[in-house]
Amino acid sequence: MSQAGPGTPAPSEPLPRLFEGAARRELDAILKQYPTKQAALLPALWIAQRRQGWISPAAMAEVAEALGVTVAYVKGVVTFYTMYHQHPVGTHFVQVCTTSPCNLCGAEGVVKALLEATGCKRLGETSPDGKWTIVETECLGACGFATPVLIDDDLIESVTAESVPALVARYR
Amino acid sequence: MGYPHPSHPRETVLLSRDFGDPEARRLDVWIKRGGYQALEKALGMGRDAVIEEVKTSGIRGRGGAGFPAGVKWGFMPKQRTKPHYLCCNADEGEPGTFKDREIMRWTPHAVIEGCAIAAYAIQAEDGYIYVRGEFTEPIRVLQAALDEAYAKGILGPNAMGRGVRIDLTIHRGAGAYICGEETALMNSIEGKRGNPRVKPPFPAAAGLWGCPTTINNVETLAAVPHIITRGGAWYQSLSLSNPKSTGTKLFSICGAIAKPGNYEVTMGFPLKDLLYDLAGGPRPGRKLTAVQPGGSSVPFITAEEAERTLLDYEGCLAVGTQLGSGGMIVYDDATDIVYQVMRLARFYAHESCAQCTQCREGTAWTAKILQKLLRGEGRNEDLDLLFDLGEQMTGKTICVLSDSCAAAVTSAIQKFRPDFEAYLRDGRRAGAA
Repeated sequence: MSQAGPGTPAPSEPLPRLFEGAARRELDAILKQYPTKQAALLPALWIAQRRQGWISPAAMAEVAEALGVTVAYVKGVVTFYTMYHQHPVGTHFVQVCTTSPCNLCGAEGVVKALLEATGCKRLGETSPDGKWTIVETECLGACGFATPVLIDDDLIESVTAESVPALVARYR
Repeated sequence: MGYPHPSHPRETVLLSRDFGDPEARRLDVWIKRGGYQALEKALGMGRDAVIEEVKTSGIRGRGGAGFPAGVKWGFMPKQRTKPHYLCCNADEGEPGTFKDREIMRWTPHAVIEGCAIAAYAIQAEDGYIYVRGEFTEPIRVLQAALDEAYAKGILGPNAMGRGVRIDLTIHRGAGAYICGEETALMNSIEGKRGNPRVKPPFPAAAGLWGCPTTINNVETLAAVPHIITRGGAWYQSLSLSNPKSTGTKLFSICGAIAKPGNYEVTMGFPLKDLLYDLAGGPRPGRKLTAVQPGGSSVPFITAEEAERTLLDYEGCLAVGTQLGSGGMIVYDDATDIVYQVMRLARFYAHESCAQCTQCREGTAWTAKILQKLLRGEGRNEDLDLLFDLGEQMTGKTICVLSDSCAAAVTSAIQKFRPDFEAYLRDGRRAGAA
């Protein structure tokens, strides 16, 4: 999947340390659920992304240290899965399903309307105000509700090109 | 029921009874409606009797492969020399399929109960429910239900107060279709890239962390409590066609159809009736042209073929396709089939884990050739090239992702060749001005 590229604003403040306080306790609880530390890698990366908005090289190093694997190993896993952001993204990360079942119900029109309503120049590129990053995604598993759009953690069903402006306004 | 539509009298509503009712998510309500009686019963039956009951039911894997679930459970070693594990495959990502999503978000306790019964039967103390990362709401609902089940003592070190340990953990995926392949899913739980493993060994011999593991689809596990409560023989009797396809099945109908949704019917139900009576037929003023009855990975059939297809494993094979996951993609005369087939090829190219050359190169080149065709730059030999590629992509790789791409593309060319030839000849869609 395409990720945020040039034009993405650089983070202005240093990122907080990852596994401290509540996040450390959360990771410790997760580690109890598996027989190996390595198995906590996907959950640990989810914590990192929730806390920092993306998976920075520093976060990969911290995750590697916490789980006793190499940074290169962590990077190999991060780059395999499309939902881990390898670059900072906008305040709202928007995933639009454009696979065939939604595509033939007008998903590409939804993408176009989203780009227009948010001021994003192209897919994967964050809007100039830093608020939006829009990507096409392959099948969101809600094909009966074409077109599904995942805004951050909210799945919005049955989005049409016409309903996009009101939807975007709700998240402004 | 045909959620989000009201139940149709011709449906057989078993798994979908509570779809659309948020009350059903609550443990107290679920128990009042009969929940966890099957787990109670199973724990009193003994492990072998539970497996026998599931074998008798004839239920086959609802994720797409259609392997008999009871037989799969029976493959687990009887003597436990190392930990046994259960996986619930909730990585629903097959385009066209959205049934497990509804099962999890409306009836999370049905999934938990099915998992607990399966875990008990195969002597697993730990089970992992692998939910795709995009399913944010189902994960929230399922986690809340798990928390309630733990608080009530249904799960934990002394599950149901019966002295067995059953722990279930939700493992959130992170965006990879291939993790729905069972061994890729296990790698993903282990904290690895989701590359499918070479088989054998099969999971019952060496699955999670090299230990005996059983993996079942959400819908299969959600049906297990009904099998235990009402008996394998009762479930086995739910069949309109032949004894090899039993029970009810959720069909997720989507694409060019008037009433998309999940419809639950008895195996052997006529596809024609499902499309036209239950799901309302084509959109206004349109005509159906093609159907993929089991998700994007199964061969296309024409609307005429669909009208004589019985919805069960054998009925789909009889018309050259497969029942798959029951995710039914419908196409109509407004659809540019060549373009949509390209989108499917692009999907497989994007989702290939890239381990095997035939898949990595084959899916990418299939998509590129189709894109070239759509630009009006196709050569006459390109269709033959696509068949050639399809042959190289079939039966030669670690998993069946490339086979799926080839099946969809080559069947579409076989069934709708004039549409592809129009692009070759005119550089545009048949009939387009």
